[in-house]
Amino acid sequence: MTHHNLYFTKTHEWVLPQEGVVGISNYAQGRLGDIVYIELTAKGKDVKKGDVIAVIESVKTTSDIYAPCDGKVVDLNPEVVSNPALINQDPEGSGWIIKMEIKDFSSEGLMKKEEYEEYIKTISE
Amino acid sequence: MKINYKKAEKTIFELSSEGKKGINLPEAGFENVAIPEDMMRSEIDGFPILSQTEVVRHFTRLSSLNHSIDHGFYPLGSCTMKHNPKLNETLSSLKNFKDCHPNLSENLIQGSLELIYLLEDSLKKLTEMDRVTLLPAAGAHGELCGMMMIRKAHQMKGNPRKIVLIPDSAHGTNPASSVFAGYQTKEIKSNEKGMIDLSLLEKEVTEEVAALMLTNPNTLGIFETNIREISEILHKKGAYLYLDGANFNAFVGLFSPKKMGVDVMHLNLHKTFSTPHGGGGPGSGPVAVTKEFEEFLPIPTVEKGNNGYYLNYNIKNTIGKVRSFYGQFLVLVRAYSYILQLGIDGFKEVSKISVLLANYIRKNLETTYRLKYDSPTMHEVVLNDSVQEKRGVKNIDIAKRLLDFGVHPPTVSFPLIVHGALMIEPTETEPKEEVDHFIFAMKKIAEEIEQDPEFVKGAPYTTPVLRLDEVKAARNPILRWKK
Amino acid sequence: MKNPFVCLSEKDISDILSFLNLKKIEDLFSHIPENLKISENIDLKTYSEQQTFEIIENISNKNILPEPSKTFIGGGAYNHYVPAVIDHLVERSEFLTSYTPYQPEVSQGTLQAIFEFQTLICQLTGMETSNASLYDGATALVEAVFMATRIYPERKEIWVAETLNPEYRDVLKTYLQNFDYKLKTVPKTKEGIFDLKWMEKNISKDVLCFAFGYPNYFGIIEPVKEALKILEKEKVISISSTSEVLSLGILKSPGELGVEICCGEAQSLGIPLTFGGPYLGFLSTKETHLRKMPGRIVGETEDKEGKRGYVLTISTREQHIRREKATSNICTNQSLCALRACIFMSLLGKDGFRELALINAKRSYGLYNLIKKYAVFDKPFFNEFLIKVKDPKKLNKKGFYFGPPVENYFPDLKNSYLVAVTELNKKESIEEFAASLEEL
Repeated sequence: MTHHNLYFTKTHEWVLPQEGVVGISNYAQGRLGDIVYIELTAKGKDVKKGDVIAVIESVKTTSDIYAPCDGKVVDLNPEVVSNPALINQDPEGSGWIIKMEIKDFSSEGLMKKEEYEEYIKTISE
Repeated sequence: MKINYKKAEKTIFELSSEGKKGINLPEAGFENVAIPEDMMRSEIDGFPILSQTEVVRHFTRLSSLNHSIDHGFYPLGSCTMKHNPKLNETLSSLKNFKDCHPNLSENLIQGSLELIYLLEDSLKKLTEMDRVTLLPAAGAHGELCGMMMIRKAHQMKGNPRKIVLIPDSAHGTNPASSVFAGYQTKEIKSNEKGMIDLSLLEKEVTEEVAALMLTNPNTLGIFETNIREISEILHKKGAYLYLDGANFNAFVGLFSPKKMGVDVMHLNLHKTFSTPHGGGGPGSGPVAVTKEFEEFLPIPTVEKGNNGYYLNYNIKNTIGKVRSFYGQFLVLVRAYSYILQLGIDGFKEVSKISVLLANYIRKNLETTYRLKYDSPTMHEVVLNDSVQEKRGVKNIDIAKRLLDFGVHPPTVSFPLIVHGALMIEPTETEPKEEVDHFIFAMKKIAEEIEQDPEFVKGAPYTTPVLRLDEVKAARNPILRWKK
Repeated sequence: MKNPFVCLSEKDISDILSFLNLKKIEDLFSHIPENLKISENIDLKTYSEQQTFEIIENISNKNILPEPSKTFIGGGAYNHYVPAVIDHLVERSEFLTSYTPYQPEVSQGTLQAIFEFQTLICQLTGMETSNASLYDGATALVEAVFMATRIYPERKEIWVAETLNPEYRDVLKTYLQNFDYKLKTVPKTKEGIFDLKWMEKNISKDVLCFAFGYPNYFGIIEPVKEALKILEKEKVISISSTSEVLSLGILKSPGELGVEICCGEAQSLGIPLTFGGPYLGFLSTKETHLRKMPGRIVGETEDKEGKRGYVLTISTREQHIRREKATSNICTNQSLCALRACIFMSLLGKDGFRELALINAKRSYGLYNLIKKYAVFDKPFFNEFLIKVKDPKKLNKKGFYFGPPVENYFPDLKNSYLVAVTELNKKESIEEFAASLEEL
């Protein structure tokens, strides 16, 4: 299940501005490999764009996940905590990570899906 | 008809049952123990009950599931898996070393102290550095002690500084050790030759930089030929050069860290100095320093006085104690035994032959696998899987298929700057036949990847267990046996 | 060729050189500047195997070791009998000369043994999870404290009992000197235990953790339950440090008492004295702290046909992946020593381990009861206690050795020495020692 109104960051997070849902892209989960664990920031925390909101572990790597906008973390997805594999299976849908109350959403620095797919092509080896 | 009924090895807990005993103990001879009941436990719940026979069989069977250097080729890059000389074992079992209590008074332990003193002396000669501490328990521990000494040196000058520069090819212990020494780390990128770029370094070395941690040859097996210039750039700005000596096997006996401008370095006795790896330790990580750092050495050092050897705790600005007692003593005995058996001439052969064999492997395989950096190879060569990846086969699959050839794979997935790396270090103690067999295996696997990549991806096939599910282990950690 | 471990013949070398289009081996180093060459005539002779043996044996003979039965030395290293099977098994090439089990399919021996070690440590310490070993008891304490800093990153005050092994405390100080934590020493009382009243007075929510010896440096069993009640108020993390781990054969385990992180030195489990190293640090804790634990960990899994197997796991905490964000910089640990301990615990077993611990306690109380008037403290202890003796050299002349002296660390305890008693001290020696002390 993918939404056409996802905005992507250069560091491969996505955000649904209306609902404030944040996750990682399909490309990102492919690069990470099988995800085994996720550590989430605290509910209620105020974050700025670029702050670490989660750390994702696969067998051989860990990856910091960054807030795509300024705002407040209002919800964490319990499903990905108990079953991190969900992020691999449905990264842009039910494998969402946190919900934010976004403060003054701006699309500056973010890409819509087509632009993001072009971007991926340029950075792939 | 089922042929193989051999069982997988159970755990000691599954082999346990009541009524057996593993060893007979002496009588206590006394009866009273004035420990209140509420401080005593009822039993050690879950501890197994086995006979001696079962214990011996269990661990003997477990041992047969391991590959080891005594079995054959073990070309793990930067690990220096060389032959472990057996005299070293005999000497480390000498009663007077084995049964020596570390808290005996100094007049009774002159032998142990002398051994530490003589080992320091020989390591001074091989590195041409001024002092060597034998306290650190492993390479990473040595790195941490070395970085703490560097921090102390800066503190004494008024400013501990903030940053340690670390090449992107460095081993993970380098940044981790720097952080535990209170520094932040900054990555410095290698150039297209796989080396440090001098003009980039000039820019990066500010007055906030405490040191550069360099491995030489680096983890690509490439010698930093500009190392002297590197040290000059650092020294000009009051920063220091730390040498990670994990790859000392490449030039021991031929070149001198002192002449390279190194201020502080560590050695790995379980690498260059042949002490056995033991399945993951114990090792030992002595740290060699220039005279400038003598006053910061961890305590105690071993000194020679008029009345014999003694432990010196009076070091003016010591970083302090870094472990209990005096070092990994039995590992030190093995290393000293090795040094006596080799001598300077033997060490020259170590570096010459290890570099010769690494180049032999490189020339045989550099057209079959990709070689990212073209610079001259020292004692290890880093190939990668970029050709094979096009068929969907990665370095880890190649490693697993090598197991079916009776060869332990090279280091995979390191260094991080080479995607899909295969880091091969043969060391100097390999027979040509085994190196040729390894070359044959690598070429055969490349062929197999062309013909049937799925087959290679399913490897290994002939090991005691087949490919293990590491994802399951990390997702649902089971870290102890439970009933 | 001087090096007897190199396997290449002259022909092999010349074949390889022609294959590489080189005239001589030195050409492989021609790209390295001349001014980096080591000096000529480095004074390191090559000795024959026989000469090497003689030289080092002669050095070892300069150690003068007292008779084990008449040696009552403690202070963080204990003289225990090492069962014969341990050396026999551990010297096997497959265990001794194998590498860290990064390729688990050919390292199941090491991995399963470590998995069993982790389990035994959990059972012994009453904890839920353990790592695969650390360097020694002192650095294990450091790792435990750093682990606590990851549990409560905001708290800065670290409490350490004065009665915890002073060498360990020195090492902790060394590691903490580059950070801005406040290290406070919980003083000892006249009875040789940590001061509960001081703790009650000074507890606050700034306190991160409290580390204490169990038993403590004087061999005494500390009032752990009472301490935990005080710590509970501010949820301070309790850390127990055990240097004589045999004591856990009869003492309540730290886990049972409610301690949160357990660490210590397991040299008593089948590792000879070896002049202080290599020894065996251990660390165990609750499952909730798993990902904050340092060091390697072995986990159970399956292979692709469902056969049980073991792998190094949750490696993403470690330095080779996390690098500067790692839980520790530790790489090589003490695997072979952990194997020794695993075999020791398997051999002694549930009943034997307890029985051996009782022998130690009974014999040390045996000595204590004979020389009570020289004892400094009278709290319950395991196999070590403090005595006050004016002239220990007179006892040395009779072949009795004890210690170490504690004066350097505790200036108020002048002429005071530790006395440790193990199963290697025969009843006769204990009685003779007591008699000799009387004669002074």
